[in-house]
Amino acid sequence: MNNRLYGNLIFELSKEGRKGYSLPKNQFGDYEIPASMRRSEDAALPECDELTVVRHYTNLSNNNFGVDTGFYPLGSCTMKYNPKINEEMAVLPQFQNLHPLQPAETVLGARAVMAMLNETLCALTGLAHFTFKPYAGAHGELTGLMAIDNYHRSRGDMQRKKVIVPDSAHGTNPASAAVCGLEIIEVKSQADGQVDLDDLKRIVAEQGAEIAAMMMTNPNTLGLFEIRIPEIAKLIHDCGGLMYYDGANLNPMLGACRPGDMGFDVMHINLHKTFSTPHGGGGPGAGPVGVREGLQAFFPCVSPYNGNFGVMMRACAYIMSLGRDQIKMVGPLATLNANYIKESLKDVYELPIDTTCCHEFVFDGLKDKSTGVTTMDVAKRLLDYGYHAPTIYFPLLFHESLMIEPTENESKETLDGFIAVMRKIAEEAKTDPELVKSAPHDTPIGRVDDVLAAKHPVTTYRQLKAEA
Amino acid sequence: MYKYFPHTDDDLKAMLQKVGVESLDDLYAQIHESIRFKDDYQIPLGASEMEVRQAFELLGSKNKQLTCFAGMGVYDHYTPSVIPNLLSRSEFLTSYTPYQAEISQGTLHYIFEYQSMMAELTGMDISNASMYDGSTACAEAMMMAVAAGKKQNKVLVSGCMNPQTFEVLKTYALHQGIELEVLPIHDGTTSLDDVKTRLAEGGVAGVIVQQPNVYGIVEDFAGFAEACHEQKSLFVMDSVAADLAVLKTPGEWGADIAVGDGQSLGIPMQFGGPYVGYMCCTEKLIRKMPGRIVGMTKDNRDQRAFVLTLQAREQHIRRQKATSNICSNQSLMALWVTVYLSLMGKQGLKEAAQLSYAGAHYLCDELLKTGRFTLAFDKPFFNEFYVKYDGDVDTLYQRFIEAGILGGVRLEEGFLFAVTEKRTKEEIDNLVKMAAL
Repeated sequence: MNNRLYGNLIFELSKEGRKGYSLPKNQFGDYEIPASMRRSEDAALPECDELTVVRHYTNLSNNNFGVDTGFYPLGSCTMKYNPKINEEMAVLPQFQNLHPLQPAETVLGARAVMAMLNETLCALTGLAHFTFKPYAGAHGELTGLMAIDNYHRSRGDMQRKKVIVPDSAHGTNPASAAVCGLEIIEVKSQADGQVDLDDLKRIVAEQGAEIAAMMMTNPNTLGLFEIRIPEIAKLIHDCGGLMYYDGANLNPMLGACRPGDMGFDVMHINLHKTFSTPHGGGGPGAGPVGVREGLQAFFPCVSPYNGNFGVMMRACAYIMSLGRDQIKMVGPLATLNANYIKESLKDVYELPIDTTCCHEFVFDGLKDKSTGVTTMDVAKRLLDYGYHAPTIYFPLLFHESLMIEPTENESKETLDGFIAVMRKIAEEAKTDPELVKSAPHDTPIGRVDDVLAAKHPVTTYRQLKAEA
Repeated sequence: MYKYFPHTDDDLKAMLQKVGVESLDDLYAQIHESIRFKDDYQIPLGASEMEVRQAFELLGSKNKQLTCFAGMGVYDHYTPSVIPNLLSRSEFLTSYTPYQAEISQGTLHYIFEYQSMMAELTGMDISNASMYDGSTACAEAMMMAVAAGKKQNKVLVSGCMNPQTFEVLKTYALHQGIELEVLPIHDGTTSLDDVKTRLAEGGVAGVIVQQPNVYGIVEDFAGFAEACHEQKSLFVMDSVAADLAVLKTPGEWGADIAVGDGQSLGIPMQFGGPYVGYMCCTEKLIRKMPGRIVGMTKDNRDQRAFVLTLQAREQHIRRQKATSNICSNQSLMALWVTVYLSLMGKQGLKEAAQLSYAGAHYLCDELLKTGRFTLAFDKPFFNEFYVKYDGDVDTLYQRFIEAGILGGVRLEEGFLFAVTEKRTKEEIDNLVKMAAL
């Protein structure tokens, strides 16, 4: 990563008449696109030679931080290492050149990959069938909820339109329910971070006949395992609802528990989290949805073909590499790493719930609040030291949430380095709070003016030029 | 340990001690035994890198490599080698959503470029940071129209829409309680009169059409936008991105929302994904648009910078009040498209479109010459067309496959053939020879 801003836009490197492409000559004679079809003006795309394009994007990449750059303890995002062999397998030409509408007998290899992934995901989750159509985690949530809605509709149970979601849930959970036409009931968390069973019992007693499902992530967004999950599942099943597992936090469960055994009926998996496919700056991911036997008939059609097949190839290569003997170590090692950081920092950072966590945990800012240094400041100061920031201000249960998730791929030395820096920042907050509050200093840009961006949106180069 | 696990025995010992437990298993002590999984997973043992490679190569050999004349939403365009090369840079590949703007200017810059290019291509004011694919982008546009139309709940969809996209629309509409009405097909196109009649009945939030339509026909949408706007309804156009290099744009047709798939911009077909959906709209609708948006701003050192903006629209803020649950975009594929458009530029994209157009028309003419094919509709088409065949469609399709040709997509009475700049005259002549037998 280069700490000086490169800053150009490709449009600013364009010069009329330059070309970055070469195409074969027309061998077909004079077929002119009729004027009646044509746009009146050419699209104002840049005109650049090939080297200019290559340097531009290489320079841009140098202003970016990835897992390969350094430690990325972003809570709830499971920023694990993305193995190189997976990338290479995913782009084998024998798979890349397949049209999705090719007849089945010409794509036996691709179908075998999908079958293999289906089988392994079933074995790892304790569910019976997966659909690979969903393109992302949130898309998987929507797909799973649609399947649940379809199930209730098929039974004529039309009044089941409510989904119970803990107040600590990922923001996509309530949003997915809303898009599925369902209504949210929020169930409270107790002081120890666990779902409040009494509150849940009250909800079920009052509205049991309208409950379509309960949506949970386990471990929850505090990184805590919901220990009363068997009772919760029984409560929901007894009132006729289904249990939905948000697979965003599946990683620590590899080698420990299976959602199917916990009582979940439907779940999605973020292949880009638990199964090591790259996040790509925000996609493409994949969010396959698994169900218990009997529910597969209710899968909705949420995309035209086979989902993000390229992502599935990577996940498949990952599972094949680890196999039965290694995959069960993923959860325990991720969990060990998280607990190790937590125990090493809880004397200087506020730990609201002091118990064994799973793959992640949440601090409520610095222990010493007198300095005025916030979670935002700590996060920005970490950037100066060459670390990506943890997730901040989520979950919403605490004011200064700082959510840390190391993965199983990080060594003790990496964790020790991070711990030392976190302690140093806590020290700086006391001795030189301004230094922390004005961070970052050693990054391509400083803190940005978010208000300016939102008040007067400039979102295209055309607008940018008009401004100048 | 294992190559992805750096923990030595000494590390484990020291770390367990710090945490205050005896063994890794104790980390899960709070979980009731009845739900602990202590068996072996029923999956194969781990494989070495060499074995993984061999396994995938063997699987790959079971796929038949075909010369592609199929389209119907997915097109076999050429990928310049610069693109995969640049995209494999791990600073792009292994980063997360650019929430920390200070160390994500690379991603934020290219998304801004992407938005700019898509707005240019569609002739619209603005673009979001991308969506999953064309079909889900279209579904989001449908929901956006209904949300913008307040109490209007009906959406009209052209009968000439790709059936796969329509299936996805139907799924979303069912759960959202949106009433979808399909407009009848008139000689392979959508009729303005049909649209007007239904708009007059009231309650229509939006009208969705496709360009070129599922038969490859370039439709005339004159008057559609005006008819929609008279009834406070939004006009949505779903277009093949690459074709917009030359075709009259959604902006010129007066569309309020332009959506579609960006796969045609050099993204490999890869058996269905990942691709990228685009969504552009008028400035007026910016706060109704789903998905991420990158905007320009300044940092505290007075430098120009880019940042995720207008986040108050998004699911993590709105939660159950959200009208879209989309969280990520399809960032890396947006970068793919951005690098493609940077290389092809203003001229190259037009030239590729011209070649595709010429190849398709040449193929069509040659097929008609055999006397066994007739154009299903006498309408202008772009690089895809529907021809009826006087013989058995399945038999000929099989003959194509055996000859290593993916002979388009089978329709009821014939074939939907697509041609891109990748198809040579030799390949086309070979297909025609097969077809004439």
